Amino acid sequence: MNRKTLAAAFPHTVPVLMGYLSIGIVFGWMMSAAGFVPLWSVAMSITIYAGSGQYLGVDLLANASPLADVAFLTLIINFRHLVYGLSMLEKFRGVKGIRKLYMIFGLTDETYALLSGVQPPEGVDAGGFYFCISVLDQLYWIAGSLVGAVAGALITINTEGIDFAMTALFIVIAVEQWQSSGRHFPVFLGAGATLLSLLCLGPEGGRFLIPALVILVGGLLAARPMLDRPDGTPEGGEGA
Amino acid sequence: MTNPQIALSVAVMAVCTFLTRALPFLLFDRGKKPPKVILYLGRFLPPAVIAMLIVYCYRNVSFAAVGGWLPAFLAGAAVVALHLWKKNDMLSIMGGTVFYMILVQAVFR
Repeated sequence: MNRKTLAAAFPHTVPVLMGYLSIGIVFGWMMSAAGFVPLWSVAMSITIYAGSGQYLGVDLLANASPLADVAFLTLIINFRHLVYGLSMLEKFRGVKGIRKLYMIFGLTDETYALLSGVQPPEGVDAGGFYFCISVLDQLYWIAGSLVGAVAGALITINTEGIDFAMTALFIVIAVEQWQSSGRHFPVFLGAGATLLSLLCLGPEGGRFLIPALVILVGGLLAARPMLDRPDGTPEGGEGA
Repeated sequence: MTNPQIALSVAVMAVCTFLTRALPFLLFDRGKKPPKVILYLGRFLPPAVIAMLIVYCYRNVSFAAVGGWLPAFLAGAAVVALHLWKKNDMLSIMGGTVFYMILVQAVFR
């Protein structure tokens, strides 16, 4: 990573800088409000590095959820990253070794969105350029988490209800997906299956998500003849 | 939770998150084309899963008293409205959260 590459990459990351600082601050603040020392917030931002995943993580840690639930819910919430990987196969092909491993690790919603849009400028190594973007983004995320966690530990205001930030984040993602896709059946299927499962099993431990996911995948496979045809309607489905 | 328990949970989250990002590369990075059904699910599962997670976030609302559900639904509607209006992630998330905090702390006490 040299200066020239860094200088080329930085301007592209400014929107993520603003976004990650703010979402990171809220994350750190939620962690402190739930009673965890700032070190944990930073450790999570270094090792997990996932916006919505870590918001959910606060919830899981605060409820002392069993490890099996932690694993299952983390897999579900991050499922959409599979899609990012699939569409980055080509772009990352030229990158090698540890750098590539890091870029796969750092494939968050925002970094994915950036990387799918940008082209390295003339004379700058593409792999290094993408790598720089990934590293910068995570630094912003870690910085935001640290600031939020320390602020939350020092400033004592009534933080009841701050956990709604997770709900708000998902709603924002849903609104964006809704607007970028012409097919809304999956949304109704997802909401309907989950609601049904919740009504039958109750909210404890989030286990109602397991049958919900089964119904969902089954329903999508059944609906494939209807959904999976190129008929010119706008489609997105690539996530936020 | 004790520190080792927290550390273990964080480690599980880290491994599971990395798995979801690495799997496509493990399976399809040797030039093989991903099967059509995977691409299909990859396109339509994310919006369904996000809808599922929103229901998950609302799992603990209680209809026993108006304060048990109205704040969450009002704040959710505010997030949608803010986002349709300004299309600014931060504004929608912060605005909705602060609104919710005011509702649960001051209005529906």
